[in-house]
This record gives sequence, C-alpha cells and structure tokens, in this order.
Amino acid sequence: MSPHQIDVLVLASLVSLACALPGVFLVLRKVALMSDAISHAILFGIVIAFFVVKNLNSPLLVFGAAITGVLTVVLTELLINSGKLKKDAAIGLVFPLLFSLGVILLTRYAGDVHLDTQCVLFGEIAFAPFSRLIAGGRDWGPLATWVIAGVLVMNIVFIAAFYKELKLTTFDPGLAAALGFYPAVINYIFMTLISVTAVGAFELVGSILVVALMIAPPAAAYLLTDRLGHMLFVSAGMGVLSAISGYFMAQWLDASIAGSMATMSGVLFFLAFIFAPERGIVARSVVRKYEKWNFASETLAVHLLQAEQAHAEESESVVKHMNEHMLWNDEYTSEAIAQGLKDGLLKRDGNRLSLTKLGREKAKNSLSRD
Amino acid sequence: MNETPKQPLDRAIPAIDVTDLTMAYREKPVLWDVDFQAPQHQLMAIVGPNGAGKSTLIKSILGILKPAAGRVLVMGHQYRPESQLIGYVPQRGSVDWDFPTNVLDVVMMGRYGHLGWFRQPSKDDRKLAVECLEKVGMVDFMHRQISQLSGGQQQRVFIARAFIQDAPIYLMDEPFAGVDAATEKSIIVLLRELKTRGKTVVCVHHDLQTLKEYFDYVMLLNARAVALGPVDEVLTPENLRRCYGGRAAFLAGIDEARLGRGADNKS
Repeated sequence: MSPHQIDVLVLASLVSLACALPGVFLVLRKVALMSDAISHAILFGIVIAFFVVKNLNSPLLVFGAAITGVLTVVLTELLINSGKLKKDAAIGLVFPLLFSLGVILLTRYAGDVHLDTQCVLFGEIAFAPFSRLIAGGRDWGPLATWVIAGVLVMNIVFIAAFYKELKLTTFDPGLAAALGFYPAVINYIFMTLISVTAVGAFELVGSILVVALMIAPPAAAYLLTDRLGHMLFVSAGMGVLSAISGYFMAQWLDASIAGSMATMSGVLFFLAFIFAPERGIVARSVVRKYEKWNFASETLAVHLLQAEQAHAEESESVVKHMNEHMLWNDEYTSEAIAQGLKDGLLKRDGNRLSLTKLGREKAKNSLSRD
Repeated sequence: MNETPKQPLDRAIPAIDVTDLTMAYREKPVLWDVDFQAPQHQLMAIVGPNGAGKSTLIKSILGILKPAAGRVLVMGHQYRPESQLIGYVPQRGSVDWDFPTNVLDVVMMGRYGHLGWFRQPSKDDRKLAVECLEKVGMVDFMHRQISQLSGGQQQRVFIARAFIQDAPIYLMDEPFAGVDAATEKSIIVLLRELKTRGKTVVCVHHDLQTLKEYFDYVMLLNARAVALGPVDEVLTPENLRRCYGGRAAFLAGIDEARLGRGADNKS
C-alpha cells in the first residue's frame, strides 16, 4: 500500500472510532437524530467563524461549530418546552434553518474557497492527507489525522472520566438529579462533545455520513451486548471494521470512500440484526420455534394428565386420534408428539401415548401455575 | 457508610417540611399552596386522584423541579442533593429496562451519590449491593440482564437500590404499581423494615383499600393539601369526598365498607 493509502485508512479508522464511542450514548439516550441536526447545523458556526478568521485550519472553526451545536440543542429544547411542538418537529425545524443559513453565506460570500457545499455534504477523506502538518521543518503527517486523533482522545477521556455519571443520567435521569448529578449539565457537555466530534469528522466524511458512523456501529453493538462497557468496545470495533471494509470496497468499486464506509456500517448493522446471538432475527425465530413445539408437547402432556385423572386414558390416549382430540392437523400433531418423546415427557406403547414420570410432573406444574 | 452527614437527631422536627409550595408547568398550576409535614420514623402515603400532583410534590421536594413559590426543608435545612438525606425510588416505568446493564449494576447506582464525581464503585460497594439484593430476595438474579425481569422483580431491584442509598428519608413514587399481590406484600415488609431501622418512608400510593393496613400517616392531595395526619383520623368519607371530588358518589358507596375492612385487617 502506498503511504497515501495508509494515511487514508488510518484517517478512516480514527474518524469511525471517534464517532462510534459517543454514538453509544446518543443511541441509548434515544437522541440519535440530534447527531443529524448537529452535524448539519454546525455548518453555520463554521462559516461564521471562517469569515472572522479567514482560515480554514483555525481552531476557532471548531469553537464556532461547538457553539452552534449547543445552540441547536438549546433552540430545539426551547421549542419543545413551548409545548406547541413535539420533539421530532422541533429538531426538523431548527437544524435545516441553521444549515441553510450556512449554505446561503457559503454560496454568496465564499464562492472560491475550498469550503464548498459538495465537501460539506460528502467530505473529502481521499484529499485530506494532502494537507500536511509541517513543524520545525519536519512533516508530521496529515493535519486531519492530528485533528481527528485529538477528537478521539477527547472523547475517550470524557467517557472514561464521566462513565458512571453518563451511565446514570442516561438510564435514570430522575435518580441522577436526586443524587446531585445535574443531568441537564451533563447533557449539554455531552452535546458539545458531539458537536466537536461532528466538526472534526465532517471535513472527512461529510455532514450526512457522519450520522451513519455515529449511529450504525452503536446500534449493532446494542444488539450484540448486554453491558454498557461491552457495548462501547463492540461499537468501537464495528466502527473500525466499517472503516476498513468500506475503504477496500471503495477501492474495488472505485467509488466514494466515505459513502462506502457508511454503507458498510449499515451492512454490519443488518448482519447483527439478522445473526445476533440472542436478539437477531435468526436466533429469535429459533427460540420461537423451540417455544412453539415445547408448548405443543406440554399441551399434550396436560391433556394426558387430565385424561389419567378422569380415568379416560382408554379413549383419549390413542396416537391415531390425538389430532381429533386436540383439533390439530396431522403434521402438527406428529411434530408435537415427536417433541414430547424427545424431551422425555411422553412414552409410546404401540398405538397409545402415556406420560413419563417427568411428563406428569411437568404437566402438574403447568396446571398449578396461575 | 460514615459519609452520611451528622444531623441533629431532634425527633420533634419533621423529616420533610413543605410550606406554601406552589408548582406550575408553564402557567398551569399543579400544586396550589401546599403545606405538608412528614414526621420522622413513619410510613407515610400520599394519595389523590390522577393528576393531583403527587409525583410533582415528590420531585419538588427532591429539588428536581423548581417551585414557583414556597419552601422545602429536609430535617430542618434547605435541601441539597449532595447531602444524601433522601433516597429516591422513581416510578418503575420512568426508566428504560432495555438498557444494557444487569441487576447488580443497577443496585450499585444507588451508591453513586456517596461516591460523588469521578470515583468508580469499589469492591465494598459491590458487596453492599449483594447484601441489599439478599434483603429483597433477588440475589439469584444479580447477573441477570434487566430486560429479563418481571415487573415485581424490577420493583424489588429498585427497593434494593434504595436500601443501598442508606438515607434517613425515602421518597418512593408508586412502589406498588403493576406488581402482583405477593410482591406487594413482600415490598411492604421491606418498607416496614426500613421504618424499624428508624427511617422515614413516604410513598405515592393509589390503593385506598390497603392504605390503613400499610401506612401510619397519610396526606390526601388534590392540587392542594386536602388533609394530613394519622391514617385513622384522616381517612373519613368526608375527606375522601373532598379529595376525589367528582367521584364522590362512587366513593361514598364503597368507602364505608372498604374502610371497615381495612380496620379489620389491621387488628
């Protein structure tokens, strides 16, 4: 691989990691769409900051973006608290307004700048390595790598330091407030973090695809894990996996890298959705099938127990007539009997079914349960 | 548990003392000039119709909601959450039970107030959490993912989390909502245990039928404080009618019988 390819691959992995970690809390707080709002609205802050400093690489742009991100959250909450709008409508009103103000300013006054709408929407991860960090006469690598690595470190430090507080305010904001942890303050700090992450990522993958990188890996991790700590690690792994597989898919298709990364994050989510060990579609349909036949054989056992107690085994336990007693079709009946025999609930003597000791106990148990 | 701040153990001052509390959501008042005292070492219930402001009252005592007017004193002082004087049990439905965590971890959240910022729970906190789960009979479930719990089990986990907070006062928002009769009985045993350990427990409650059996003290609330005092004195048909208003006819028909039965159960 050429140095340029390695630079791009490292950038892709870093940006995915930086998005996938805070994304976990976006998903768990059920504010995933705020990432969409913030990643668009920050354009306004970036453009304003750009007009002030006239330099695309100034840290002030990050500052402007972070302020606009928080402004988005504040405006949205003001609209919600007015009681006239629901949350989704409030989000849908605020961020397009800020985004379009940014677009107007950009197209009207900054026509020739490197910052164009195309770049805003899709990012330029392939070109990012050309802008180098040169200091002390040495080339320290792509500037963007340092920026996004800084964002990643910030996210890791914040989540590690406030892990317990983030967990509590996400799970039970009421208790968090009662214990003196100020959930509203933590929420604003967290949203600032999301804004800074979005501005760091948006130059690389654009404001739309940053949403995919913030939501898809945590959503997949949510299906694969039972603990918050594990969810963070799996989300990070999913993010890196989307980055690397997306990069090679883009090479292979000769297509947009950011688009391929976002697509792969979606593909990985759907794989988790289908194949996750407990919550995936496959696992659940297996469990459902198992429960179905378990229930059927249990029903048979209960039927035989009732027959025993009524001394009606003679008429009620003939295998051939079981389908009539239960009003089941033949196929279902034989499957249910097979399951009962397999589980050792029933035994078969010639053409008659009877309960085993285990089957009798289980049937009694089922009946006594209220 | 020596972090609990020293408080004057003056039994005369009420555990919670609310005066002239008015609460409003936007311009709509939810609580009107409420006076309310919870005496120490009592099991107290707050009852009233839906929308009477019961949860709001609890949240304003905790400082989660800011009152439009009025004053809240806890053990004679302005309440600060950092003082850890109040253990809070929110409504079971107020949290997301699909959150990726297990029973033990939820109980340990009750220790976060003692830990303060940045500190992570230690082995001792874990041991305490296990002890509290033992008390509520949920220790076998400690590694269970919380989405797999029944409603009654969820409530017992919440009670365990209240135990571990080790506060002198507990505010519980409908601890009996949506649990079966057996669980309800086991929860009331736990609340009585808290009382014998010298705690003050205030519950939002819904069931007038069990009020006399479970609680010593009661406040009837319907936006304003209708009545407050020992259950036997407060629970008169007249007070109930004033509290439940429009449904007076319905209540008038049943309350005699119910209250009678409640008294029988107690003796």
